[in-house]
Amino acid sequence: MRAFDYVRAQDAAQAVASHAQREGAVYLAGGTTLLDLVKLDVMQPTGVVDIHRLPLDRIETLPDGRVRIGAMVTNTTLAFDETIQSRYRVLSEALLSGATTQLRNKATIAGNVMQRVRCGYFRDGVSPCNKRAPGSGCAAIDGHNRNVHAVLGTSRQCIAAHPSDMCVAMAAIGATIQVQGPNGQREIAFLDFHLLPGDTPWKEHALEKDELITHVTLDPPMRNSRSAYLKLRDRASYQFALASAAVIVAVDKGTVSDARIAMGGVATKPWRAKEAEAALIGQPANEAAFQRAAQVAFQGAVPYSQNAYKIPLGMQAIVRDLMTVTA
Amino acid sequence: MAKFEDDKPTINRMDPVAPKPARRRFLQSISASGIAATTGAWAGAAAAQADAREGSQQGKAGPQPAAGVMTVEFVVNGARRKLDVAPNAILLDVLRDQLGLTGTKKGCDHGQCGACTLHVNGTPINSCLSLALMHDGDEITTVEGLATGGKLHPLQEAFWDHDAYQCGYCTAGQLMSGVAVLKDKRIAADDHAVREAMSGNICRCGAYENILAAMQSTRARTKRSA
Repeated sequence: MRAFDYVRAQDAAQAVASHAQREGAVYLAGGTTLLDLVKLDVMQPTGVVDIHRLPLDRIETLPDGRVRIGAMVTNTTLAFDETIQSRYRVLSEALLSGATTQLRNKATIAGNVMQRVRCGYFRDGVSPCNKRAPGSGCAAIDGHNRNVHAVLGTSRQCIAAHPSDMCVAMAAIGATIQVQGPNGQREIAFLDFHLLPGDTPWKEHALEKDELITHVTLDPPMRNSRSAYLKLRDRASYQFALASAAVIVAVDKGTVSDARIAMGGVATKPWRAKEAEAALIGQPANEAAFQRAAQVAFQGAVPYSQNAYKIPLGMQAIVRDLMTVTA
Repeated sequence: MAKFEDDKPTINRMDPVAPKPARRRFLQSISASGIAATTGAWAGAAAAQADAREGSQQGKAGPQPAAGVMTVEFVVNGARRKLDVAPNAILLDVLRDQLGLTGTKKGCDHGQCGACTLHVNGTPINSCLSLALMHDGDEITTVEGLATGGKLHPLQEAFWDHDAYQCGYCTAGQLMSGVAVLKDKRIAADDHAVREAMSGNICRCGAYENILAAMQSTRARTKRSA
């Protein structure tokens, strides 16, 4: 592994200052993505700022009903938190469907938001990949693109799917990301945080130079709603989603009064399907209406050589998840 | 043979207990706060360059880390250890190569197989995806620390009884995950939940059924004796 410098930050301000001090420095939280990619030489930091002990480890309900999650809360802690389990079931389920016990114990919320794609051509360090080596091309478009490649939000430059389960649930719930940078603090709407690949697939998020995620704040839960996360994969555990759905639905006298639908495994960023939600609200809570909404969700989908199956699979994920929460 | 006998002795790899000289050194220096990692200043490759420039003119009392390394202190299986490590040194490698604790295995080295699972402050993690420097002040338990007073941990005995291994390479990781899963009240007790919770430990020989049997029999035995 390449050599790098190390510094441990005591607070967020010190972390930002240390990061700004050294060109090529990266923040180190749980390390489950970063150290994996450094060993592969895909990421080549000259320095790491260890933030994993920053005092950003609380989950608190704010007076306005939102829930603020510290950036260094682990996936395990968040998944088993009583507030999350009772008010944001979809988020707990999404977290527990991701990775493994050991990885969830180490991985942090901010790190999960920042995790990198699982495309084999990105990770192998040698294939054409516009994300890793801008301008080199995309080996996945005509290569192996069955498992971790998208059908929504792709471009001619990149088709890698965003790998997170947690982020799909957060996209459905609605959230705000608090960041701290050299010029102070600011907020980024969760849905604006991750960027589509477009012509700049190496630009993955809305953070400015040296900015650090300090919190993710969830919107208040939808009133009288039920929610669930459904993840479909080749095996029962420990695999990235082929397709997943996060749904939150409120039903009043047999009619869908409010709905949120987000998808994972099929899109280049945590994918909120607002048109599908609009198509569902006001409709009867039955399978036919769910199928119409699922079709709307995949209207703009573009299949690639090996992943066309993700369109019907993703639609089925939405329908089954909606059937489960309205049963 | 004489040549080897003349070599400076290193840690006895069969002995999981810290060598006494290291412990004495630790006690002598325990009050000194000279841990570069906590000063907030960049250290590592840059420090190595600075050290090289300054040569031996540091002039400070007490032992200093060698160029390019930093000091970390943690407790491993009950023994306090103070080590000089490179900034990019991985916890797994430090335990195996510097402390001779080779019970923890390196499998995939990328957090995918679970062979390197150990406990940090009671929580199982993949030690291949952690820098040693991240663990200053932590309590680490490896498979060598599971048995107490020469008596195997109940799960170790159950692995024996249920033939829960074939080649044995994943066993240390399976045991460390298994012990933590059995203790964790948030994880349900049924077979499905245990399989899910153990899915981060791959067994190439396919001893999964016997591992599950060992875990569930340990759970039943612990319940009876409670």
